[in-house]
Amino acid sequence: MSEQTANHPLYYEMANKFPDAIILEVRSGFFGAVVKSQSLLDVAKTLRDAYSFDYLSAVTGVDDFPEDRMEVIYHFFKSIGGPQFELKVFTTRNEPTVPSLTGLYPGAELQEREIWDLFGIKFTNHPDLRRILMWDDFEGHPLRKDWKEPFYEEDVKPFKNRWPEGKARHSENTNPFQDNVQYPREFNPANWTGEADHLMYKSLIMSGEQSSNIIKTDQLVVNLGPQHPSTHGVFRMVVVLEGETIVNLRPVVGYMHRNHEKIGERNTFLQNMPYTDRLDYLSSMSNNFGYSITIEKMLGITPPERAEYIRVMMAELTRIASHVMSIGFLMNDLGAYFTPALYALEERELILDIFEAVAGSRMMCNYFRFGGVVRDVPEDVMKKVKHLVENRLPRKIDELDRYLTKNEIVRTRCEGVGVITSDEAIAFSATGPILRATGVPYDIRRADPYSIYESLDFDVCIRNHGDVYDRYLLRMDEIRQSLRILRQVLNRIPKGPVISGKPQYLAKVPAGESYGRVEGPRGELGFYIVSDGKPNPKRYHVRAPSFINLTGLAQMCKGAKVADAVTILGSVDIVLGEVDR
Amino acid sequence: MNGFGIVKGLFVTIKHFFTTYWVDLFHGKKNKTRAARRGMVDSAGLFTVQYPEEIIIPSEEFRVIPFLIYEVGENGVRKYRCTSCGICAKVCPTQCIYITRKKDEVTGKPILSPEEFYIDTDKCMNCGSCAEFCPFDAIKMDHDFEIATYERGETHIYSKEKLGKPLEYYAKIRPVNYASEEAVRHEKASVH
Repeated sequence: MSEQTANHPLYYEMANKFPDAIILEVRSGFFGAVVKSQSLLDVAKTLRDAYSFDYLSAVTGVDDFPEDRMEVIYHFFKSIGGPQFELKVFTTRNEPTVPSLTGLYPGAELQEREIWDLFGIKFTNHPDLRRILMWDDFEGHPLRKDWKEPFYEEDVKPFKNRWPEGKARHSENTNPFQDNVQYPREFNPANWTGEADHLMYKSLIMSGEQSSNIIKTDQLVVNLGPQHPSTHGVFRMVVVLEGETIVNLRPVVGYMHRNHEKIGERNTFLQNMPYTDRLDYLSSMSNNFGYSITIEKMLGITPPERAEYIRVMMAELTRIASHVMSIGFLMNDLGAYFTPALYALEERELILDIFEAVAGSRMMCNYFRFGGVVRDVPEDVMKKVKHLVENRLPRKIDELDRYLTKNEIVRTRCEGVGVITSDEAIAFSATGPILRATGVPYDIRRADPYSIYESLDFDVCIRNHGDVYDRYLLRMDEIRQSLRILRQVLNRIPKGPVISGKPQYLAKVPAGESYGRVEGPRGELGFYIVSDGKPNPKRYHVRAPSFINLTGLAQMCKGAKVADAVTILGSVDIVLGEVDR
Repeated sequence: MNGFGIVKGLFVTIKHFFTTYWVDLFHGKKNKTRAARRGMVDSAGLFTVQYPEEIIIPSEEFRVIPFLIYEVGENGVRKYRCTSCGICAKVCPTQCIYITRKKDEVTGKPILSPEEFYIDTDKCMNCGSCAEFCPFDAIKMDHDFEIATYERGETHIYSKEKLGKPLEYYAKIRPVNYASEEAVRHEKASVH
C-alpha cells in the first residue's frame, strides 16, 4: 500500500508537532496514533493542554504473543464531549517498560497497577506500583497469552472435551491443595508474614499529612473490611486515622477476582454475553448493551428500530432499578436501618419482574444479541411497563423524596461530606453520578450519543457541590429523567423485527479493534475488544466504572470522620462484581 | 423548622405500616393471595410472600436448568426430539453439556439420537443459549427451581433420563412458545 490514511483527523496535526515520535497505525477501529514510549508524556501533555483531551477514560494492555511485543492503549476523551483520541505505545515482552501517566492524569493510577498486575508492564515513576487484583506473592502475569491457569484445558472454547471418558469431573476432586494455586517456587505459606501489607501501612502513614490539631495524637491504621457490611461486598479500605479524622486512605480490591478478561478471551464472542451480566450484577442490561454495541461496531450492523427502542427501554429501567437500590442502601450506610432500602427494593422488584418476563431471568438477563435482542416484549408486559412508568414509579419516587430528602439527619450526615471538585473528578477519571454531581454535564448519552438517544428528549442532570447529598439528589433527578425517556420510548416504539438477520451463534467478527461505551448507572462502561478474525476475541477488556471511580476515593475521604468513609463509599456506589472482575 | 423533615418522613412510614394491614384485611378477600396480587403493578401493602405456602408462578420465559423434550411412543418408549447434533454443547458458555451419538447395534452406523446426554448442573449458568440455538426445539429451559439436594456429587450431574420431560409438560409451562413452535412445525410438514 502506498497511501495510507489515518483514521483520526487529529493524527496529522500531531504528526506535524512530533515528527519523530508518532507512527501511523491503520488497524481498523483504531482512532489515534502510535507513540514512541520516550515521548509519550510530551504527546499526552500536548493532547491535554492544547487539544483539551482532559479525560483519560481507559488504559489497557494487549499482548501480541507470539510476536515479541506488547501494547498499552490510552483512550482520551474531552470532558465537553466528542469522540476519542487513542494513543498506543509498543514495548517488548521481555522487559516491558512504559512511562507512567499518573503525573498528568491521576486517573491512570489504579488502571496502570492493573496492567502491571495482569501483563507485567512496568510503569516508571508510578507512585504505588503493586499488584492490585492478584495477591502479592502470585507468580506470573495472568493476561499474558503464554500464562496458563492451574486447571488449564484449552486455549479457546468450545473445548474438545470437558468430560474425560464421558464422566463429569468436579474441579474440587482434582486435588485442589496441590495444583489449583500457583506459588512462586521459593514461596512457603508457613513463613508468610504479610510483609507487603505492613509496608503499605508504613507508606500510608508516611505519606499522610500531619494535621494541625492542637492535641497531637498518634496515627492509627484501621482496616475497614474486607468483611464489613458497609463495603457492599468484599472490599477493604485501609484508613489512617488521627483521632477520628481520616488522614489517608487506600482501597484494596481483588478479593472476588476471577479474571473475567481471561475467561472472555477463551470464550467465543457470543458466549461472553452471559458473562457480562455478572460484572455489575445490579445492572446487567446495561452491561449487555455496552458489549453488544462494541461488537456491532466491528460487525458493522445496526439493530432494527424496534430493537433499539427495546434496548433503551431496558437500559433505562435498569438505571432506575440500580439508582433506587443505591439510594436505599446509602440510607442503610447512614444507619437508617433497612426501611428506606426495602421501600426502594419494592420498586426494583417490580422492574425485575418485567426483566423476568422478557429475558427469563431477574438479574442475569442475557437479553441482548449482536444486532438486536433475543425476543420481542409481549404485549401484556408492555402494558405493565406503561403502567409502572406512568402511574406507579413517579408516585413512589415522590414518596421517597418526601420521605428522605428533607430529613434533617440525612442532610447533616450528607451535606458537605466527601466533596470532590470538578477538576479533581475529571483528573481522577470519575464518571457517572460522581462526575455530574460536581457540575460537569458529561453524560455519554449526550456527549457521544449511541443507539437512539440522540432523538430522545431528556436533560443531563447536574448538581454543583460534589458531596454525598448531591450525589443522592442527582440519582433522584436521573430517575426522573429516565422516566421521561421511558415515556417517550413507550409512545414511539414501532412494530417490526427485533433482530437483524437470523440469530447466529458464531459471530464472524473481522480483524480490528473497537472501543464501545455506554452510560451505565454507575458511569462510563466501556468495552475494548481486539479481534484477529478468529471466533474468539484476542483481547477483551472491560472499563469498569465503579473500579475507576475508586481512584478518587482517597481524595473524597481525606479530612472526613471515619463514620463518613462508610457514607462516602455508599455514595460512590461500587459493585464488587465489577470492581474485581 | 428543624425536625419537620423527620416528622414528614415518619408519616410515610406510618402510612406504609397501616396500609399493610388495611390491604390484607379488606382488599385481600377480593384478590385472594398476596402472590396473585404482587404481580400487579398497583399492588399496595405487604409485598412479601410466605414462600412454601404461597408460590409465585414464574413468567413463561423464566429459565432454570435445561430439559430434553420427548414424546411417548408405543410401549411407553421415550422418543427424544434431540438429534445429537451437538450445537448446544458448542454454544454452551460453561461447556457443561456432554453428548454422544447413538449407533446402530447391527450396522454400527450413527443414528440421529443421543446415546448419552449429561448436563453438569453445577457448571450450568442458566443462560438459555442451548434452548435458543437448538434447531429442533429439543432442549428447553425448565421452570422447576426447587432443585436443592443433600448430596452434591452424583446428583448434580443430570443424565438423559433425568433431563427428559414429556412434551405435555413443555406445553403446560410455556403455552405461548409451544403454540407458535407447533404452528411453524405444521407449516413445514405441510410444505414437504
